[in-house]
Amino acid sequence: MLNTNLTGDPRRARLLSLLGQYGVLAAFILLIIFGSLRYEGFLSAYNFSTFLRYNAMFGLISLGMCFVIITGGIDLSVGSVVALSSVVAALLSPYGVVVAVLGAVAAGALVGVINGLIITRLNIQPFIVTLATLLGARGVALLLARNQGGVGLDPGNTALTWLGQGDLLRLPVPGVILLIAFVVGGVALRYSPFGRHALAIGGGEDASKLMGLNVGRVLLGVYVLSGALAGLAGMILAAQLGAGQPTEGLGWELSAIAAVVVGGTLLTGGTGSVWSTLVGALLLGLIFNILNFENGKGIISLSPYWQSVIRGGFLLLVVVIQSRTGRRGRA
Amino acid sequence: MSGTASSARQARSGGGWQTLLADLKQVRASILILLALLIFNALFTPYFLSVQTLNVNLTQVATIIIVAMGMTLVIATGGVDLSVGSLMAISGVLAPLIFLNPVFAGAQWLGIALAFVVPVLVAGAFGVLNGLFVTRLKLQPIVATLVLYIAGRGIAQVITNGQLQSFSTPGFSYIGLGRPFGIPFQVILMLVIVALTYWAVRRTVFGRSVLAVGGNETAAGLSGIPVARVKVAVYAISGLLAGIAGLIVIAINSSSDANQVGQGMELDAIAAVAVGGTLLAGGRAQVLGTLFGALIIQLIRFTLLAKGVPDAAALVVKAAIIIIAVALQQRRRRE
Amino acid sequence: MQDIQKSFAGVVALADASLTVAPGEVHALIGQNGAGKSTMIKVLTGAYRRDGGSVTFAGGPVEFTSPLAAQQGGIATIYQEVNLIALRTVAENIFLGREPKRWGLIQWPVMNAEANRLLRELGIGLDVTRPLGEFSTAIQQMVALARAVSINARLVIMDEPTSSLNEREVDTLFGVIRGLKERSVSVIFVSHRLDELYAVCDRITVMRDGRTVYAGNMADISRLQLVEQMLGREIKNEGAQTGFVKSGAGKAGEPLLKAEGIRLGQRLTGASVAVRQGEVVGLAGLLGSGRSELARVIFGADMPDAGEVTLDGQPAHFRTPAEAINAGLGFCSEDRKAEGIIPELSVRENLTLALLPRLARAGVVDTVRQSEIVNRFVAQLGIKTSDPDQPIRELSGGNQQKVLLARWLATDPRLLILDEPTRGIDVGAKAEIQRLIGELARGGLGVLMISSELEELIEGCHEVTVLRDGHSVARLSGDGITEPELLHAMAQGLEPQDIPAQVSP
Repeated sequence: MLNTNLTGDPRRARLLSLLGQYGVLAAFILLIIFGSLRYEGFLSAYNFSTFLRYNAMFGLISLGMCFVIITGGIDLSVGSVVALSSVVAALLSPYGVVVAVLGAVAAGALVGVINGLIITRLNIQPFIVTLATLLGARGVALLLARNQGGVGLDPGNTALTWLGQGDLLRLPVPGVILLIAFVVGGVALRYSPFGRHALAIGGGEDASKLMGLNVGRVLLGVYVLSGALAGLAGMILAAQLGAGQPTEGLGWELSAIAAVVVGGTLLTGGTGSVWSTLVGALLLGLIFNILNFENGKGIISLSPYWQSVIRGGFLLLVVVIQSRTGRRGRA
Repeated sequence: MSGTASSARQARSGGGWQTLLADLKQVRASILILLALLIFNALFTPYFLSVQTLNVNLTQVATIIIVAMGMTLVIATGGVDLSVGSLMAISGVLAPLIFLNPVFAGAQWLGIALAFVVPVLVAGAFGVLNGLFVTRLKLQPIVATLVLYIAGRGIAQVITNGQLQSFSTPGFSYIGLGRPFGIPFQVILMLVIVALTYWAVRRTVFGRSVLAVGGNETAAGLSGIPVARVKVAVYAISGLLAGIAGLIVIAINSSSDANQVGQGMELDAIAAVAVGGTLLAGGRAQVLGTLFGALIIQLIRFTLLAKGVPDAAALVVKAAIIIIAVALQQRRRRE
Repeated sequence: MQDIQKSFAGVVALADASLTVAPGEVHALIGQNGAGKSTMIKVLTGAYRRDGGSVTFAGGPVEFTSPLAAQQGGIATIYQEVNLIALRTVAENIFLGREPKRWGLIQWPVMNAEANRLLRELGIGLDVTRPLGEFSTAIQQMVALARAVSINARLVIMDEPTSSLNEREVDTLFGVIRGLKERSVSVIFVSHRLDELYAVCDRITVMRDGRTVYAGNMADISRLQLVEQMLGREIKNEGAQTGFVKSGAGKAGEPLLKAEGIRLGQRLTGASVAVRQGEVVGLAGLLGSGRSELARVIFGADMPDAGEVTLDGQPAHFRTPAEAINAGLGFCSEDRKAEGIIPELSVRENLTLALLPRLARAGVVDTVRQSEIVNRFVAQLGIKTSDPDQPIRELSGGNQQKVLLARWLATDPRLLILDEPTRGIDVGAKAEIQRLIGELARGGLGVLMISSELEELIEGCHEVTVLRDGHSVARLSGDGITEPELLHAMAQGLEPQDIPAQVSP
């Protein structure tokens, strides 16, 4: 029998991997504790509900982005897809909630199909392809909205509005959708061949091909998934604001990438965690929430604009820690 | 195909003009598309062949081209710079703070002079920071520049607290509104920057080093090229050029809005570079290609608008052009 | 495999090469770099299409169109760089693409238990739920073996599996290979470590210049005979095979460059070499003996853990290649493609790359001088290019190598380190480059030449240092550089007391 521990001090390696895995979660919990001690109403149902309602959309696109990045790709189109799908949901709202929801998701999935096919068939880098569809999807959204600032929802479709504004078992519906999506996503990544093969392809595309995986189909799958989840987020956006928003979602793709990166998923692909991504997305939202409360206290007055500065700094901090621990882990 | 390539080569061994000619041949696909668009417009768009139209198009595209020059260099080393839009915003909010500052009330010329220099240098310093993230911290360029993409605009917004700064300072606005000999000043600036970039890539040690680093980093390092310094330099240049572009934008608008300046510029610049034939993998820098790439995208937008097609549809066409251009280039390379 | 032929763009890589492996046999495949081993393996596994000949596998003719097809047909290849996915767990790597499922979901417990069982049968116990990358290369190779076994491979090809393993790991690997034998799985074993071939292989095929030059039982051939077969000794006796013109003994004087007791991890364990002005010093040794590593340390590309490098008697520990270049060193790497040429750039740019800083005034390249230099070297070295502005990737290997040589000569160096300068280029260009090296040395240049070709070492060098397992084992000079001595030192090494003390020229 061989000694299997050939890579240095196991305790230290374990500790570093724990820090990598749970560091972000720990930061998240610490921020919540900090917030609940410092601010009145931080733990209120109202704050909880508004927080989840807004961040559910970021969570959904981050989940899709997580799968894409796991394969070593990137999807820049999601922000525009959110806008497109919100318009589609609004336009289809007179035909019932089912049609509106399915239409929004299908529109997103369609953009995903286009992304996936161009990437796998024409062999063009995902960065370029999804950059193009970012522009294209935005254009289609504006066209469908006839260049109006928004497309009103059919006021009769209360079911659709409920999906954005309602509660289920005292939980905001978007939060419930987010939770379901992440449970399904988590199971898919852990237990489905699709998820495992996505991880394998990100870890080594050539090796995966040699082992007989259908790389093209899996890649197509992740872009469709990303598009569909962005479509779902778009539907929620329309339902929340009562109108399709062709100009919303600017730069959301980069927020999603940041959430995935903060969650510890490497942009090089091959590893990734759905749950860390969720924590990463919520953490970035929480920073904003806390800043709002801090301003409310009136002791210091930080403009909401600080949130991007802090988010950027936070992103830097996380990737630096990751690159340090990662490098040590390899040595 | 091979025949024209070898004749291009023969031309290149000659003097500077022949070199230029050979480089133009390399990007002849973009030139042909551009020519086709020009002819189409000349025939079917009323008043297209007027100084007015020319100026409108060039002023709209000048900032994109300026930023895209830096992006071309960054991409030639195998990187990418997502932060350019945010750096434009930083530069854009700093300038009015300087020339509107009461300190310079007595010497407005000094304030204006500093407003041209300081914001650009600050943007350049942030570019250096990007470069250090990439070389020292060994972050992937996308992640490294994503940091300043997010934080940069925030910094600009924090500086002004998100307020719009309006001004009417003709001395400063000259960079965006001046028209020496009837030509918009920014267009002249753009042409100078393009010429400088082209010259630098072709003739300077730095330009050659950029291509060597992007083409084969290991070999370049073993040949004594300071790989890290070259990389920091391209991000710094990208930052400086973004700074200049930021000044032009606020001069045109006579106001500076941290939320708007440079919004989406990174995507326009990358699109121009990609359409212009510079591989995202690095190792090549088609400076003239980038110029034509940006002009093509602009002209398509103009054409569609002139035909009454909404701006939104132009976006869809732009998307298609990017994909088609890159797909064509990849196929040509494989042959 | 019978009479396999394969050429690339007119250059013959395989000419009538044959290989026969019986079921349950461990078969050694050996040959110098460029002998055609890898091409042979790639033809067998479908990575290349053969130009002629036939392949018979398990009783019938086969024609694999891709490595995947070969794998499904029962031939698994385990590469030096393990072709698995380091970030995924051991169990996943074994079952990827064939995971045990129920209701579409992967059954982890079943998969892990099955992976555990497979590995135990091969005599390995480890936590199959850990990422593969956490384990040593040895373990990774065994996991690859386990995968091969679990997909019922009949033939396993192992390409230099032991090059990065320590002794104990090698033993374990050999245990696994013997286990495969018992299951009557055949193994083709490619290695340069002779001891290992004798330890584990039943039969051997030796290849040289694209041909099978020997095939027989392992027990019937001695080590020395083996090395002779591999290097093609008998050819040498026909007369001068190289372009070198022997220029008599090396010049006297103090060493220009001296490296002593260089250590670098496990790869260099006390390597020393010295080069005088006007002298060609050969650096010999089998693959993995630390030749290239030593060159990289001298050139400042790697930092040694210990050891002294002096130039003109002064300490010279270069931290970057740029420093070494400024001090008058040049280094032609062994891997022309990955570390030498910049494929997209022209011959002109590639040739003047190291010279750029000196070609410039205030950062602007003096193109007139550049053209002068380029034209001079293109003419002097006979570089065949349609135009100096032709991209270098379009040139033949020999001409690319000449451009790289010119890159360093243009810097007017005092010491040139050449790592396998004539590898993979055609005979004509080879002789030209060899002649050139001799001329340069006569002109006063110090040359440190790494080579695997005995002819090159014997005919071209004033002195040869032999490395084995990362340290210097012999130093031969003048007429002392003979084939038996070299072979002896490379294959077995001399006892320390046999190393001649400071050779007086």
